Amino acid sequence: MAQTTATMSAPPEAFFELDEHEHETGSSTMLGFWIYLMSDCLIFAVLFATYGVLATSYAAGPRPSDLFDLWLVAINTGFLLFSSITYGFAVIAMQARKQGQVLFWLGITGLLGIAFVGVELYEFAHFFAEGAPPQRSGFLSAFFALVGTHGLHVTFGILWLVVLMVQIARTGLIDDNRRRVMCLSMFWHFLDVVWIGVFTFVYLVRVI
Amino acid sequence: MLANLDLSRFLFGRLTLDAIPYYDPILVVTFIVVAIGGIGLLSAITYYRWWGYLWHEWFTTVDHKKIGIMYMILAIVMLLRGFADAILMRTQQAIAFNGSEGFLPAHHYDQIFTAHGVIMIFFVAMPLITGIMNYVVPLQIGARDVSFPFLNNFSFWMTAGGAILIMASLFIGEFARTGWLAFPPLSGADYSPGVGVDYYIWGLQVAGVGTLLSGVNLLVTIVKMRAPGMSMMRMPIFTWSALCTNVLIVASFPVLTAVLVLLGLDRYVGTHFFTNDMGGNSMMYFNLIWIWGHPEVYILILPLFGVFSEVTSTFSGKRLFGYTSMVYALVVITILAYLVWLHHFFTMGNGASVNSFFGITTMIISIPTGVKIFNWLLTMYEGRIRFELPMMWTIAFIVTFTIGGMTGVLLAVPPVDFTVHNSLFLVAHFHNVIIGGVLFGAFAAINYWFPKAFGFKLNEFWGKVSFWTWVSGFYLAFMPLYLLGLMGVTRRLREFDDPSLQIWFVIAAAGAGLIAIGIGALLMQIYVSIRDREALADTTGDPWNGRTLEWATTSPPPHYNFAFSPMVRDIDAFTDMKRAGFSRPEKGFRSIHMPRNTGAGVILAGLSTLCGFALVWYIWWLAAVSFVGLIGYAIYHTFDYDRDYYITADEVAKTERKAASMLGAKG
Repeated sequence: MAQTTATMSAPPEAFFELDEHEHETGSSTMLGFWIYLMSDCLIFAVLFATYGVLATSYAAGPRPSDLFDLWLVAINTGFLLFSSITYGFAVIAMQARKQGQVLFWLGITGLLGIAFVGVELYEFAHFFAEGAPPQRSGFLSAFFALVGTHGLHVTFGILWLVVLMVQIARTGLIDDNRRRVMCLSMFWHFLDVVWIGVFTFVYLVRVI
Repeated sequence: MLANLDLSRFLFGRLTLDAIPYYDPILVVTFIVVAIGGIGLLSAITYYRWWGYLWHEWFTTVDHKKIGIMYMILAIVMLLRGFADAILMRTQQAIAFNGSEGFLPAHHYDQIFTAHGVIMIFFVAMPLITGIMNYVVPLQIGARDVSFPFLNNFSFWMTAGGAILIMASLFIGEFARTGWLAFPPLSGADYSPGVGVDYYIWGLQVAGVGTLLSGVNLLVTIVKMRAPGMSMMRMPIFTWSALCTNVLIVASFPVLTAVLVLLGLDRYVGTHFFTNDMGGNSMMYFNLIWIWGHPEVYILILPLFGVFSEVTSTFSGKRLFGYTSMVYALVVITILAYLVWLHHFFTMGNGASVNSFFGITTMIISIPTGVKIFNWLLTMYEGRIRFELPMMWTIAFIVTFTIGGMTGVLLAVPPVDFTVHNSLFLVAHFHNVIIGGVLFGAFAAINYWFPKAFGFKLNEFWGKVSFWTWVSGFYLAFMPLYLLGLMGVTRRLREFDDPSLQIWFVIAAAGAGLIAIGIGALLMQIYVSIRDREALADTTGDPWNGRTLEWATTSPPPHYNFAFSPMVRDIDAFTDMKRAGFSRPEKGFRSIHMPRNTGAGVILAGLSTLCGFALVWYIWWLAAVSFVGLIGYAIYHTFDYDRDYYITADEVAKTERKAASMLGAKG
């Protein structure tokens, strides 16, 4: 077979794409960012697992029922969930190409994010004052690591949000900026999903 | 308060002159040699005015081919360091008998066996496979670069930054004395108060970011950038193995990052994740680190399975036997890689059921691996085998790896493992599979793709010298360790009481000496090949009668790899093209969109490394400054929207005409 066909000759268009069109790069970025988020999800998985193992290692220290204030956490959960909705409005505005509205909704999202981090810091300060810092027991170490890592992610998200707002204000809703809005959107909603896990498995389950 | 302020403590943290190990003659001599060599190298670069060239053409490059080559260079440099550690250990163990303490004090010896493991896995094996994947995958799938070229450059420099931190520990302070996975509570603040474990943590964190990002990058590249017609089941098998490897990287390195953060918190903040008291649980660390660690083993070996598949098929002149089963075997190994981690600590006391489960899953892995071995054998069967260097390494691999696999199945049986756990039998086993698999595979890959990367083949004589000394040296060095392990000798021992054991250690040391010749011959092979590059030149772009797309372009390929995207109709795309008598387009070239070089990767990775160094030594101000600088520069970089350019159609036409006249020489 090989011998008989070896003498044939195929024209260039048989094996090369002569009429090539420009490839759009945005979809690769979305996939890449999605994969990154899944890897980040694994970091949370490790922290959840660690919390699961150490959740009752109180070392004769404070227990969840001594510490957790569910009302505070409920309000905070509200902040974060609402910030996801407002981010959604920003994306809708972006699709309508309304730059002013995009900035407005991103701004609201950022404020809700700041409120969330603020309440969390207040909660942490309260724990410290109660004699429940992360050094107190395995349980508290795992608690602060899980909730703190989520809080750090939100803080990073707020920083990103501010940078992105400056970029949109400067260069408008160009393709690069639109792609970034979509990436941050995925990041923001991802943090929401993680928080639902935290809210359920750290707070709700532990005070029963 | 102010009166207590100690300026030097503020400025340098716990870094003092005592941190320089001038009391250790071995380190002093090493330092002098490194310093002389380093100064010589730097002055040569300055004298020949290479700085500009290095910076513009290499350090800031976003070309996946150059980044791949830089990974390989990093790996070979680190191999020398890691092997120096190995020679020291083998010598120590060969002479520390009959009351002799050998020449290495315990403090130094413990650092050496830790550094050897860390360096060989993270800074030799990982850069080797990342380098090979980086170079070959885009070419094999007919792409012009990876999906995120800047990220690729950044990933490389993060890996290099981690290596720099580990190397710095040799002369500034000390390295961990804990073994390569730094198990707590030994690695906790109570038992390892020095900087060694901190070097370990930050070195691996910096490098780990690079590995993770390069995993994401290659994964997206393979999913998104394949040439038209290349469906998943037409991908070259090496690309398949790279896909599986990068899935494993993305799905396991975050676990390492997280567990090292927790260990770091225990050490820096005083939390109780893995401590003995206050509710900590050190077995959590064992589980978590091996949930990363076992997939890591497959991250190392899978790409080389791909290499062996390509080499066997090419040098047998046959299509790979059982392509589909090969793909499924890879995927099955990828999944099983996550279901076996506990076999690393059967002795933890998990109970019979848990041990049975993990013992059985471990044994099951030998099935897909066996499928691969038989596929290679059947590819060779009735083939016209050419015993070129890559093929020789492949055959050595098949024999050696099968032995290593069999001892692995032995270790998978929990009752057997109880008797040889942490013994030299285990040490022999994993060297058997890592040297016989990863390293032999890397040598096969280097000999196979070197002509593609540089335009000339590697010298065969020195390659054969390297091959025979490496292979025989390996057997001489590690077969005695199997015996010693069965006799009950545990790993990481510095001196021995029983004189009857000495002969085996002497034989092992002789084996290490042979391997040293093998490494020397490898360097000689590269030197001689560069010297004789005219005679060894490959003008065809296809020196081995290759079967996949990387051979369809020139050696070395142009910056943009392919002027026109190839269209794929078959698994062995290039063989198909050659059979059909393909011809290259000679006109109608178009401008090509390419990413621009950038120094951002070097700067960001440099700041990360500096931050890591500051954290090791508690130099808080420097850590804060470099961290803020890192974030600030990253933000600044995002304001740069002008990251690409076009290679004009004229330039492409010129390059291609030159290539055509070169390729025309083949007739």
